[in-house]
Amino acid sequence: MAQVVVVTSGKGGVGKTTSSAAFATGLAQRGKKTVVIDFDVGLRNLDLIMGVERRVVFDIVNVIQGEARLNQALIRDKRVETLSILPASQTRDKDALTKEGVQKIIEELAKEFDYILCDSPAGIEKGALLALYFADQAIVVTNPEVSSVRDSDRILGVLQSRSKRAEEKRDPVKEHLLVTRFDPARVERGEMLKLEDIQEILSIPLLGVIPESESVLRASNTGTPVIMDGESNAGQAYADAVARFLGEEKPHRFLEPERKGLFKRLFGGRAA
Amino acid sequence: MSWIDFFRGKRKEPASAAAAKERLQIVLAHERIGRTREDFLPKLQQELVAVVARYVAIDPGKVNVNLDRGGDMSTLAIEIELPAPAAMRVAAQAR
Repeated sequence: MAQVVVVTSGKGGVGKTTSSAAFATGLAQRGKKTVVIDFDVGLRNLDLIMGVERRVVFDIVNVIQGEARLNQALIRDKRVETLSILPASQTRDKDALTKEGVQKIIEELAKEFDYILCDSPAGIEKGALLALYFADQAIVVTNPEVSSVRDSDRILGVLQSRSKRAEEKRDPVKEHLLVTRFDPARVERGEMLKLEDIQEILSIPLLGVIPESESVLRASNTGTPVIMDGESNAGQAYADAVARFLGEEKPHRFLEPERKGLFKRLFGGRAA
Repeated sequence: MSWIDFFRGKRKEPASAAAAKERLQIVLAHERIGRTREDFLPKLQQELVAVVARYVAIDPGKVNVNLDRGGDMSTLAIEIELPAPAAMRVAAQAR
């Protein structure tokens, strides 16, 4: 049975698209047939982060409006065979998405794929609501920062009241916390919310902690999901999170500041 | 980069910012054109399929449109799967 997973946060700019790209790629690398859908109609960006922007022909709105078949709109990734991308439309607005249209797409995708990832737009408007409506699981992306934590709390409330599972009073959407842009050195100096604080406030299970890393910008520059950068802390942290998502036990890493000895301070570079 | 890299003469892999700029220039050049003009691809595809369907019984689900946007040149490849000759004969007789 296909699992529908929404990547959401409420707040913008916290790493939803980066995380969606990394997770989708990670699941596909582990042999799961995975499709990732960009729900940010009007402001599509997943195509850029995935590096397929030059190959977009049709999008989710074309499919909903019957102008193209779903198969024609899916972009098959050239790096990972089991990965596909369904881009958002750049020219229409969010009203072009309908619940019935999205439902039909998800039902059709469920026949072919194991995981259907929905990359939500920011906010709690139509696009975000539709992205989470059909979810079985939710990855809530949160930065260690007050407004992000507050917005995550808000979106958790929406998941618990306005998702299909909530409306039908079925088992609730399974929630996962993914903390991104975590900077252990600043936490140690007391400048950044501690992991325990975020967990205490949101009280949902922790899926992963992605350290602040230069590799994330590098990955977006080149259109390569950061999880493919196996040398970077962020790439490894995403790979761990994917493993945990699939039920493996993995200790959390990169939670302590890197202790730089004199040698490293003189000769080493910055965090990869 | 630490000062030692200077002496090592170590060349890092090419900086990724240049790749970012190039990718943006290409994608934005195409999107800016698209803003002033209706997206013609769905219609183009429909019309092409209609023309081909006049001669051969084709399955509209077996039409693949592939696009590669480039800086100087883009390629649009439309792949239409034609049925086996036997099926075509049946379709022609049915008409």
